[in-house]
Amino acid sequence: MIRRLIALLVSLYLGYILYSFVYVHFPFGERPLRGVAAHYVENGIKEEGATNIVTSIVTLYRGFDTLGEVTVLFLAATGLGLILAGMKREEEEKPEPTLIMETVTKYLFPLVLLFGSYIFIHGHLTPGGGFPAGVVIATGYFMMFIAQRSFTPSEYLLSATESFAGTLYVIVGLLGLALAFSFLDNVMPLGIPNRVFSAGIIPVIYIIIGFKVGSEMTGILLHLKEA
Amino acid sequence: MDAGLIFYGSAIFLMVMGVFIAITGRHLIKILLGIDVFDTGLNLLIVSFGYINGGTAPIFSKYPNIFKNVVDPVPQALVLTAIVIGVAEMAMGLAIVMQIKEKFGTCNIAKLKELKW
Repeated sequence: MIRRLIALLVSLYLGYILYSFVYVHFPFGERPLRGVAAHYVENGIKEEGATNIVTSIVTLYRGFDTLGEVTVLFLAATGLGLILAGMKREEEEKPEPTLIMETVTKYLFPLVLLFGSYIFIHGHLTPGGGFPAGVVIATGYFMMFIAQRSFTPSEYLLSATESFAGTLYVIVGLLGLALAFSFLDNVMPLGIPNRVFSAGIIPVIYIIIGFKVGSEMTGILLHLKEA
Repeated sequence: MDAGLIFYGSAIFLMVMGVFIAITGRHLIKILLGIDVFDTGLNLLIVSFGYINGGTAPIFSKYPNIFKNVVDPVPQALVLTAIVIGVAEMAMGLAIVMQIKEKFGTCNIAKLKELKW
């Protein structure tokens, strides 16, 4: 009991220090938009053609960062497979899912995949993009894992999709290096803002990321389910 | 009520709760959940730094007439990275917990006394 009380006091004190520091140094909402942020907001559409400024920061201005992030996710998926390798749970009796679950998920699954594709195709126009879309697609697969015992996607196909998408991402980046002298530069025509076919390579990169994250997260769930 | 109190206060409340769960929890999955709650609070705090009074989301849906008062887009882009890293970290942590459960038959850190696997 006394341990919990001390722990509570320590964490509350940490919170108090953080709060007073934050409150003094960063008054809420009173900071002007300046520096690189002002540049991105004012010239983002002219330079990159995407009406969603966050998207153009993630994929182009800080595109190298995103490539590293995708690599971290890949490493996590690989490390998870490595740690769980050789772990086989003894088969236990599980109750069969009900008819309602089985039927509903069968018809819902294509719709979830369609919604995921919608999110990554419209990443440069609406909130969203490749990462949330990949997670939505993986959620669809997770639903199928829970509701249908016999459903198992091919592990080979998943890792093939993942590797192919990763390679394609680097190739798109190198294309920028070859044609515009800067890695991951926007080499395609910008088009008219607010159209689906606009913003140069942003939709291309987000489609690649959507496939990559979707297959990676599905692979993680598959490993966790089978271990 | 002050808006800063609500936004910063709730983010820091989540962080405090995460630290408390992580240092008092005895179960490994509980500790991981505490770290994840802490992560969420930190992400909310970083997003709140980017708020600018009267600002809207940095998405110009009516393109030719651009509003100038939008919130700072840079913290949002950074948090997008941080969320993905958090997912990767949770997946690795859960895998290690599964392996520990397999090797020792318990997830309670008070019963895990050996230093080597």
